[in-house]
Amino acid sequence: MNSAPITHRFAVALVAAGLALSACSSSTGDAGGPAGGKFAVWDPYPQFDGGSEWVKVIEDCGRQAGVEVERQAYDTSDLTNKVLLAAQQGVAPNVLVVDNPVVSTLAEAGVLKANQDTGLDASQASTNLMAAAESEGKAYGVPIGANTLALYYNKAVLTAAGVDPASITDWAALDAALAKVVAAGKKGITFSAIGTEEGTFQFLPWFWGAGAQLTDLSSAQAVAAVELWKSWLDKGYAPNSVIGNTQTTSWQEFATGEYAFAENGTWQLGKAGFEYGVIPIPSRAGGVAPAPTGGEVVTVPAQDDTGREATAAKIAGCLTGADTVLATDTALTYVSAVESVRERQVAANPELAVWVDAVKSAKGRTGDGLGTRYPRISQPLWTAVQAALTGSKAPADALKDAQAAAATAK
Amino acid sequence: MRKNLVGWAFLSPIVAYLLLFYAYPLVTTVDLSIRDYTVRSFVRGGAPLTGFENYLTVFADPTFRTALLNTVLFTVVSLVFQYGIGLAMAVFFSRHFRLSATLRALFLVPWLLPLIVSASTWAWLLNSEAGVVNAVLRFVGVDGVHWLTSPDWSLVSVTIANIWIGIPFNLVVLYSGLRDIPAEVHEASALDGANSWQSFRHVTFPLLRAVSTVTLLLGLVYTLKVFDIIWIMTRGGPSGSSTTLATWSYELGFGNALPRFGPSAAVGNVLILIALVAGLVYVRAQRKQEAS
Repeated sequence: MNSAPITHRFAVALVAAGLALSACSSSTGDAGGPAGGKFAVWDPYPQFDGGSEWVKVIEDCGRQAGVEVERQAYDTSDLTNKVLLAAQQGVAPNVLVVDNPVVSTLAEAGVLKANQDTGLDASQASTNLMAAAESEGKAYGVPIGANTLALYYNKAVLTAAGVDPASITDWAALDAALAKVVAAGKKGITFSAIGTEEGTFQFLPWFWGAGAQLTDLSSAQAVAAVELWKSWLDKGYAPNSVIGNTQTTSWQEFATGEYAFAENGTWQLGKAGFEYGVIPIPSRAGGVAPAPTGGEVVTVPAQDDTGREATAAKIAGCLTGADTVLATDTALTYVSAVESVRERQVAANPELAVWVDAVKSAKGRTGDGLGTRYPRISQPLWTAVQAALTGSKAPADALKDAQAAAATAK
Repeated sequence: MRKNLVGWAFLSPIVAYLLLFYAYPLVTTVDLSIRDYTVRSFVRGGAPLTGFENYLTVFADPTFRTALLNTVLFTVVSLVFQYGIGLAMAVFFSRHFRLSATLRALFLVPWLLPLIVSASTWAWLLNSEAGVVNAVLRFVGVDGVHWLTSPDWSLVSVTIANIWIGIPFNLVVLYSGLRDIPAEVHEASALDGANSWQSFRHVTFPLLRAVSTVTLLLGLVYTLKVFDIIWIMTRGGPSGSSTTLATWSYELGFGNALPRFGPSAAVGNVLILIALVAGLVYVRAQRKQEAS
C-alpha cells in the first residue's frame, strides 16, 4: 500500500497546520513561556527591522540583564488582541511595549504586573505621562516617550495671507486667521475626524481646550468645541473629507501645499516638502490647550514563573532609562518622558521645543481616574462628532445622545 | 479490518480539517456569545453563562436595525447589479470577436487585485476634495458629492465598489454557463423567426437558470460577510451610516480599547445564521436541479 503513508503524511501535515494555526499566538509566544530561555519583547514598531537601532537597544538591555531576548513587532491595532490571546494561553511576552490608552485595559484584565510588584522604577518619568499608565491607584510600566498634537502651518500660505502665526493664541484668533487664508484663495485647515479612536484623539485638544470634561460629554463647553469644528466645515475653512480622514490622509492633504494649517503629531516632522512651522493648539479662551498624549508604555506582563518578572522589569527599566531612551525617542521622533533627556533633545534639535511644551501640557486619555471607562466614552464621542459634522444631528443633540450612551455603557 | 483502517485513514484529513477549522471556531463563537466576557474573564477564564443576554443586548441596540437594513440593502443591490452587468457582459463575450479573450481576461483584474488595493483606490477616486469622480462631475457642471463623508451617500459608495469587485465572478460563471448551451437551440429559435431579444428572453435565460441560481446564492453568501471594502473605505461611517452586521461585529470586538467579545460574537452568529439559511436554500435548489 503506497497511499497509506501519503495519506498519513497529509493527515499529519493538516493536523499540524491546524494546531499551529489555532495556537498561532502560542507559537510566537513560546520564547516567552516559562520553558523557553529567551525573553520575549513585543512592540508595535514594525517599521524597525532586525538591523535597526531599536533592536540593538533591546539586545543590549537583554545582555545587561544577563539573558537573551527575542523581539517580535506587531501592528499597533493588532497588538492588544494578540496580547490578550497570548495571556489567555499563558504565553504572554516578558516585556510588552504597548499604546498608552490600552494599559488600563490590560491592567484590568490582569495581564500586566504593577511596578510595585516588579520593582520597575518610573520615578524619572513626568507625572502627566504616567497618568495613562496608572489604573486603580497602581502604576503599570514606564512611558518610552510621548507624542502629541499641535498645529502645523504652511509658512508660504500664511505669509501670502498676511497671518502672523504667533498671534494665534485663542480660538477667535485662529478663526480670524482661517478667514484671511480662505479669502486669499487658499484652503484653511485639515484634521482627522474619522469614526475611530483617531478621531477622538484629534478632537480632544479642542474639547479640553474649551474646558469640557470627558465625564460630561453634553456640557456647554463640549458643545462649543463641536460647534467650532462644524463652523469650519460650514464656512469652508475645513474640507468635508475630514470626516473620513485618518491622520495620514489628513497629512497628505496638508502636503499638497494648499492648506494653511494641519492638526497632526510629532511623527510627521520633516515630512512636508515645503517650509512649515508648528504652534501649540490654542484653547478657547487663550493659552495652550491640553492635547492627549500618544506613545507607548513599556510594561511587564504577568508570568507563571514570577522569577522571570524581575528580570523582565530590569529589561524594561533599561529600555526606558535616560541613557538608552534618547536614541529610541529620536528614532521614533517622540518627546522623552524624562526631563533631562528632553533638554538634550531640544539642544540637538531646537525644532522640538514647541513639541516639548505641548507634551508638558498634554493629558493622558485614560487619566482623571477614567481608566477602562475611557473607551466607553471615546466611542460615543467620535460618533457624536461625526453626526454633527455630517449635519445629521445638531451638535447639542448629538452630544446629549453621546452622554446618554457613555453613561449606560457597561 | 485492514480495509476499514485504510478507509478511516482516507477520511481522517477531512475530519481533522472540519473539526479544527469549522467545529472548533464555531463552538468557540457560540460559547463567546452566551457568556458575559470581560477582558479579565477572557484572560483568566470563568465568564458566567448568561444565555441569550448578549443577543438581547444586540437586538435592543439601535445600531442593530441600521446594520441589518444596511446589510440587506448592500447585499440585494450588489447582487442585482453584479448579476445584471455580469450577464450582459457574458452575453457580449459569448459572440467571438477579435481580442475577446484578451478583453475578458482584463475584466478579471478586479478579482485578482487584493481587496485592500481596490478599496483604497476606490476611496481615492471618491474622495470629496481630491477625488477624480468629483473632478469629472465638476467639469461637466454638476456639484460634487460627498461620497464617503455624507451619511446619505456612504452606503451607495461602498455598494458601487462592491459591485465592481463582484462583476468578474458573475462574468466568469455565467460565461461558462452560456458556453454549455448548445448552438443548435439558438439556430432553431432563429429559424422559427425569433429576434435576438426573444431568443435571449425565451431560450438563453431559461437554460441559464441553474447556473444563475448557483451564482446568485454564492454571491449572497459572499456579499453578506463583506467587511474589508467597507472598513477600508468608510469604517462603517460616517456615524454608522454604512455599518453592516459584519463591520458592526468587528467594531464591537476590536473597534476600541475595551473589547466586547460577547455582543460581537452574537452579531457574528446572527450573520452566520442568515448565511446558513441562504446555504440551505442553495442545497435545496441544487437537489431540485439534480432531480430534474
